[in-house]
Amino acid sequence: MKIIKFLTFICIFFLSITSNSFSLIEVDITRGNLNPLPVAVSPLSQNNESKKIFKNQLNLEDLGLEISKVIENNLKKSGLFNPLSRDAFLQKPDIAHLKPRFEDWSLIKAQALITGKVLIENDRLKVEFRLWDVLAAREMLALAFTTVPSNWRRVGHIITDKVYERLTGEKGYFDTRIIYVSEEGPKTQRVKKLAIMDQDGFNTKYLTLGNELVLTPRFNPTNQMVTYLSYFRNLPRVYLLDIETGVQEVVGDFPGMTFAPRFSPDGKKIIMSFAKDGNSDIYTMDLENRIVERITNHPSIDTSPSYSPDGKYITFNSDRSGYQQIYLMKSDGSNVKRISFGNGIYGTPVWSPRGDLIAFTKLHKGKFYIGVMRTDGKGERLLTENFYQEAPSWAPNGRVIIFYRETKTDKKGEGFSAKLWSIDLTGYNERLVETETDASDPSWSSLLSN
Amino acid sequence: MILSKILKNTFLVIVFSLAVTACATKKTTTEVGKQDTQIQGDVYVGSDTVGELAKGVPDRVFFATNESILTTKSRDTLRKQAAWLRENTNVNVVIEGHADERGTREYNLALGERRANAAKDYLMTYGISADRISVISYGKERPVDPGSNPLSWSKNRRSVTVKAN
Repeated sequence: MKIIKFLTFICIFFLSITSNSFSLIEVDITRGNLNPLPVAVSPLSQNNESKKIFKNQLNLEDLGLEISKVIENNLKKSGLFNPLSRDAFLQKPDIAHLKPRFEDWSLIKAQALITGKVLIENDRLKVEFRLWDVLAAREMLALAFTTVPSNWRRVGHIITDKVYERLTGEKGYFDTRIIYVSEEGPKTQRVKKLAIMDQDGFNTKYLTLGNELVLTPRFNPTNQMVTYLSYFRNLPRVYLLDIETGVQEVVGDFPGMTFAPRFSPDGKKIIMSFAKDGNSDIYTMDLENRIVERITNHPSIDTSPSYSPDGKYITFNSDRSGYQQIYLMKSDGSNVKRISFGNGIYGTPVWSPRGDLIAFTKLHKGKFYIGVMRTDGKGERLLTENFYQEAPSWAPNGRVIIFYRETKTDKKGEGFSAKLWSIDLTGYNERLVETETDASDPSWSSLLSN
Repeated sequence: MILSKILKNTFLVIVFSLAVTACATKKTTTEVGKQDTQIQGDVYVGSDTVGELAKGVPDRVFFATNESILTTKSRDTLRKQAAWLRENTNVNVVIEGHADERGTREYNLALGERRANAAKDYLMTYGISADRISVISYGKERPVDPGSNPLSWSKNRRSVTVKAN
């Protein structure tokens, strides 16, 4: 994908000056955060010449301000930060970026301050930013990079990632995308298309036209390829789509429905279910040599497989006990063992990118839950309860889960909707993820840049 | 004295809980009452949404939640379909398997497949050749009834036999 390739970091011109014996601000993300850190995002400054160019090329009056809005929005939605109102800022952006007057910023209760500068240099957008600890009156981080001007929203996401990482000690998840199924039309005749957007809901693109039913898209590790289920010519099969070229191909030559695809963590295989004579088992196909391997062989429904990040294990759901439950096995299909033993039925296990947890959907007494459990099935925690929700997908840092939720229709069968939601691993900070249309089956990409 | 007091209290509690149980039972029966005639043992037995494969031959059969077992009524319907197909040897069929909305998408695709195959297998035991029958699962993607209640769900748990040519 061009968009991904062009972004080059030119230099890290200041490394954060780490002085010992200084306690800088820190944000703890392992708990629900009731006191988000007050942060001031000063609009990125720009000179008059660059301002004209931005106006011409991007039709934006104030690019610096627009980028700072992207950052503010990201920080706010994370639930960990409280971006302060710009109206209260006393210092001008260009001066603040050179040397903040910390008294002014602490007066408005800011604990962290982000400043920056944007300019055009040889037709490229050059961005500098700094993160300041207001109370300690110190610089915590300073970075500069260049990109093409049209990519300015990603600049905001990358800055947010750097700030998040510096303040929490964990990688961010802002320079990422979501692929999902866009839904329109009445409940009995939904038209579904593959759609992709930035994590914050901007830059939506539709990848299929809606002529055939499409379901369950998932990224490969490099975010260039997507595997999904398509009903093209009324033959439900797993497909592969190259996002850059738009080329689609069917995966393997199976004499029946293939579904529930995901990539292996190295991106070399697709794992999926194949239904033969009414029975669904799990198979893999190597994308290089096209060799198909059967992983499970059981008269029950085995589906929704997901690899551990090291590729050594697979979690899946099976109704071999009579009801849908979550199982674990080695990646060759040996050592199958059930791990879900709570009340209710369990499905859609998805391994956390950190490796320590499995997210799942649970149905109990008519309610659907999104939850997490350890990989031995212990330590179950239910994060959210609703009439219908499923299909958890992890943010690349394993701290946030996105899923979709459907509403109950009224007595006339009206009022149906499907929307994307996100929730922190803590169970706090549940948020609607805004999409242009109704949406389902979200899959979170890995970080586009590192 | 104390003992009698405890006994008295216990008695009151029992009487109270009986009253509550009675209320609860009564409430359930009135709510379900209307649907009783159309759902038996969690399987839809009404005629709403049912079309015809041919004159006098119903096109669909219904299933219990999470099940692919054919009921007596379903087997009767499928025998009628088989009889008609034996007389109309030029007709091939597609059996579409469906699930209700109360399950995860991927599991429901597998369940729809299982249901369609249950119907296919039964047609085959009544002499219809496998190469005349194809199956497709739509999981929960194509409900006939958009309702979010047990009656609607029972109509959506179905396999439908349609002419392929």
